[in-house]
Amino acid sequence: MYDTIIIGAGMSGLSAGCRLAHYDKKVCILEKHSFIGGLNSFYKQHGREHDVGLHAVTNYAGKGEKRGPLNRLLRQLRLTWEELALVPQLGSKIVFPDCTLGFTNDFKFFEEQVSKNFPKEVDGLRKLVSMLVDYNQMGECQTDVSAREVVCSCIKNPQLVEMLFCPLMYYGSARQQDMDFNQFSIMFRSIFLEGFARPWEGVRVLLRTLLERFRKSGGELRLKTGVKRLLMDSAKNVCGVVLDDDTEIEAKAVLSSAGQRETLRLCQESLGDKSVMDACKPGELGFVETISVLDRQPKTFGHGDTIVFFNDSENFDYKKPQDYCDLRSGVICSPNNFAYSEPLKEGVIRITTLANYDLWSALRKEEYNAQKKEWYVKITEAVSRFIPDFRPYVIDSDMFTPKTVYRFTGHENGAIYGAPNKNYSGTMPFKNLFVCGTDQGMVGIVGAIISGITIVNKYLLANSN
Amino acid sequence: MTKQEIREAVLDILSDIAPDEDLSELKDDVSFREQMELDSMDFLDIVMELRRRYKVNIPEEEYTALGSMSSTVEYLAPKMAEL
Repeated sequence: MYDTIIIGAGMSGLSAGCRLAHYDKKVCILEKHSFIGGLNSFYKQHGREHDVGLHAVTNYAGKGEKRGPLNRLLRQLRLTWEELALVPQLGSKIVFPDCTLGFTNDFKFFEEQVSKNFPKEVDGLRKLVSMLVDYNQMGECQTDVSAREVVCSCIKNPQLVEMLFCPLMYYGSARQQDMDFNQFSIMFRSIFLEGFARPWEGVRVLLRTLLERFRKSGGELRLKTGVKRLLMDSAKNVCGVVLDDDTEIEAKAVLSSAGQRETLRLCQESLGDKSVMDACKPGELGFVETISVLDRQPKTFGHGDTIVFFNDSENFDYKKPQDYCDLRSGVICSPNNFAYSEPLKEGVIRITTLANYDLWSALRKEEYNAQKKEWYVKITEAVSRFIPDFRPYVIDSDMFTPKTVYRFTGHENGAIYGAPNKNYSGTMPFKNLFVCGTDQGMVGIVGAIISGITIVNKYLLANSN
Repeated sequence: MTKQEIREAVLDILSDIAPDEDLSELKDDVSFREQMELDSMDFLDIVMELRRRYKVNIPEEEYTALGSMSSTVEYLAPKMAEL
């Protein structure tokens, strides 16, 4: 009998496991795949290791700074600052028609950029910052306040409004066109006020650190172990899981990082009517990402930006595209452009755009591969408007689609950021069942880790006091 | 445990929670919150570590006793005297 079974060995599941194991709970993480990471993982192709998910870790804080989510997670997981090996970004940009705003991990720089380009809006920007919901008060519920309404009450210029939304939406919004103000605040702080960083070795450093901590504390991890459904006692309280091979495992509690709807589906037999499931809408936002490996470092051909958020149209549309991909906006990331003490071995450019899950998932294998090739060409061509043309230097490439995301994460519609309505409380209609991760409302890598920690502290460790 | 030993025990917990912190300069009568910027999650951790390591149970309404090193040691002294 386990104290807790955790479904999913992503960032949130692993950090939850670390907390429980540290406090001598008998805990087992079940992971469907043969590797850990979930939405933030890595894989090998042609002898090269590629990251999936992570472009950058947000919420950067330097060594010795004590505030903010990054330091909170270090303390909660008993990690030193060095263990995450975070290296800050060089500088990023938001590029819109006729206007570019640079930003770094120093918010003053962004303020100067805004004051240069939108001199009348600086006070509005400061007002907006003062209104952001504080991390420390952050908590149990969404504000149910439209972020657009708040932002527009501070900032009058419509283009600047869109330019602020663009990076925040791309890096964490599960909703189309607007965000809940609570989510907006979290994202604004994590990106503009704190900023980007990345370990030289990429996401695997973070996963390895969490896994080591988990194992050292006595936690158990089972890979290639999918959960078919949850075990319920006669009072419909969750009391364990049934694996894909029909093995039953008992536990006092189950913590799922599979997603809200995905977790409800594991209790389908006990749900009775469909209304609970229907009330929980799936996410609609899918993404593609291209990865291009180059024969040289990006800065040698004039590309020194860490991340470029681009949009070529008057309006910024953050919604499910009609076509396979929407080439009007996207994100260009070069993992080379962080302040490392030695350069990465090869140049890499990763590009993310919005994509339509239905179209990608309907394709048969050959058509799918053909479309992938075609859209790789279109996407890399489209971004050559925003950064120096890197296409002549490409020596290897890959691409993933919403279909890939669905296959590896189980997220319905390949929706990376999960369901549009978040479950901040982490509780479910059944006793002894909790959710953490993307659908609990924390976004990004740091957010996912904090989510795992918070839910464990609140429900699975608190009662032992 | 003597008060001095209890102080060492609490210091050890603090260094576990905040490994990057230099605790040699810790002032006993200034609050942890002020010196180390500990938040409520961290205080809960001090409580849970005390329970895990020394089987000391601290009811929620008494968490305020853990404000600074000196108040923590005073509070724990009778509870940990027998250890």
